[in-house]
Amino acid sequence: MFHREAGVFKTSYAADMALYPLPIAKWAVAACAGLFIVIAPLTLTEYYVSILNLILIACVGALGLNILVGYTGQISIGHGAFMSVGAYTAANLVTQLGAPFWITIPAGGLMAALIGALVGIPSLRIKGIYLAIATLAAQLIIEWTINHVPAISGGVQASIQVPRPTLFGMQLKTQTQLYLFLMFFVVLAIVGTSNLMRSRIGRAFIAIRDQDIAAEIIGINIFRYKLWAFAISSFYAGVTGVLYTYYLGIANYEQFQLTVSIDYLAMIIIGGLGSILGSIFGAIFVTLLPIVTRWTLEAFGGVLFSQADLLNSISNLRLIMFGVLIIFFLVVEPEGLNRLWRNIRNYFRVWPFSY
Amino acid sequence: MPEFEWGFTLVLLTNGVMIGLMYALIALGFVLIYKATDAINFAQGEFVMFAGFIAAGAADIFALPFWASALLSIGGMVALGFGLERIVLRPLIGRPIIAVVMATIGLAAVLRGVATMAFGAGTRAIVMPVSDEPIELGIVMLPPVQLVGAGISLAFLAAFTWFFLKSRIGIAMRAVADSQQVAMAMGINVRRYFALAWAMAGVVSALGGVVWGTMLGVDNQLALVGLKVFPVVILGGLDSILGAVIGGLIVGVVENFAAGYFDPYVGGGTKDFAPYVLMIAVLMLRPEGMFGRRRIERV
Repeated sequence: MFHREAGVFKTSYAADMALYPLPIAKWAVAACAGLFIVIAPLTLTEYYVSILNLILIACVGALGLNILVGYTGQISIGHGAFMSVGAYTAANLVTQLGAPFWITIPAGGLMAALIGALVGIPSLRIKGIYLAIATLAAQLIIEWTINHVPAISGGVQASIQVPRPTLFGMQLKTQTQLYLFLMFFVVLAIVGTSNLMRSRIGRAFIAIRDQDIAAEIIGINIFRYKLWAFAISSFYAGVTGVLYTYYLGIANYEQFQLTVSIDYLAMIIIGGLGSILGSIFGAIFVTLLPIVTRWTLEAFGGVLFSQADLLNSISNLRLIMFGVLIIFFLVVEPEGLNRLWRNIRNYFRVWPFSY
Repeated sequence: MPEFEWGFTLVLLTNGVMIGLMYALIALGFVLIYKATDAINFAQGEFVMFAGFIAAGAADIFALPFWASALLSIGGMVALGFGLERIVLRPLIGRPIIAVVMATIGLAAVLRGVATMAFGAGTRAIVMPVSDEPIELGIVMLPPVQLVGAGISLAFLAAFTWFFLKSRIGIAMRAVADSQQVAMAMGINVRRYFALAWAMAGVVSALGGVVWGTMLGVDNQLALVGLKVFPVVILGGLDSILGAVIGGLIVGVVENFAAGYFDPYVGGGTKDFAPYVLMIAVLMLRPEGMFGRRRIERV
């Protein structure tokens, strides 16, 4: 039951394409599901569940960004802004029409997809560094627009209060309830992304990433597929924005500034470009980084710094570690945590007879 | 609306030109690196900030005179440029663009954190030994700091234009940027020129840091001038020194006009917004900028 194969013994295409190549894969998925859906919310306290919630929200956004950057090879430094588009769409729908979550979440996603596709239009003509700068411009322009148009941002401080969603007539009050609610969307995002990448669209994305001119020559309409990549990726971002707004209880453009776009880029680079598992690893890693830094400093920082310096140095140390980690992964392990995970798995695959 | 329309316009124009030349100085650091190594430096603003911190910190802590602290800043930035090229950028040669972009973004985070930790979060001043009295030319008031900044910009832009056109090192750098393989075959030490380009960008950033630091004061907000670099270089073309000057002038003038004429209606902030709108328009129509080289892609 727990063994892995000792070599490639597949004799049919069906076996090669099977979702669960071995019984152990099925067991592993079941064990993960049990751990995260049943055991974690039952055993952890509110505080730890709220951290898990942040990770879940980041997972959706990181998966979306990975579709664009990791699979299609288009750079976006504007994902924070796409999230704010989703967030404000949902916030306005809730406050003005009283829309329930099953309307606001798709609506926020669709609005972000529309804006994302618009931003993606130049991607036909410009690529690489130019596209990076164009999306950076989009980030700043969207931020400015939301901040300066009261019809979108609701006036004072550009923030709108949003009540928690109601499910079956019951408002999701505790973090644990919210956790299960968010988990549903994360599972949807994971299944959606992995199926997308097995489809015609996903293969077209990968062809464009590897060499877009060659892809065009073999008959892929690259303009259409690049726009699709931007739209789908921004849809995920929009949903992330809505979920985050529900989590915070407030829509505020300050939660979606340039640093957020960079955080998400860091997630997929640290986790692994073009990999679903990598997006999740990255989301966990980057979300936990500031929290763990703070815990460590609060526990041991007193040795190095005085209490007053401690508070200041936390945010700076976080910045430094964040930057160093990005550079470290780029230089030393470009395929990210996902690669490390595969290395470990491959080692144990034939363990203890590893020759 | 002001009473003398033409006078107001003239003031906006001269201020725009002055600021624009100072933008060109910062953009020059960016163009240098792109021209010589094909790398994009998203940390240009942080370079400027760091240089400003070194100059201001040296003046505050060791009570150095202005010239000494400026020289120290230049020396420090050259060392930083060499070091970063060796540790961060060299391993990334030949890797996809996003790797270099992200590495410099990471670098920006590190520089910001280190500078704030080392020099504190408060604003420091750099005192340039020129008078505070603005020079009046009719209705236009020019602060001497801006004149000095504009002068330094023009001098360096001229020097670098000569450098790339005539000097042996400059020509070698252009060859390296054009094709690393061919340059190597011609006996050019590619790595050495990469390191040299980063060091030269360090010098330019140090001057930018001193000039901008004198004008705005040095704190971690100084890095935000780096965001203005992108419209400037896109307008002018990423690999053109002349483009950096013209782009800088256009951005400086446009943002001053936008701030002068539109801010009263939309409640501020157009200064940071207008250059990006202009930039998007240029990207759509002429992605390689006004003076940039068009690249032919092959499969």
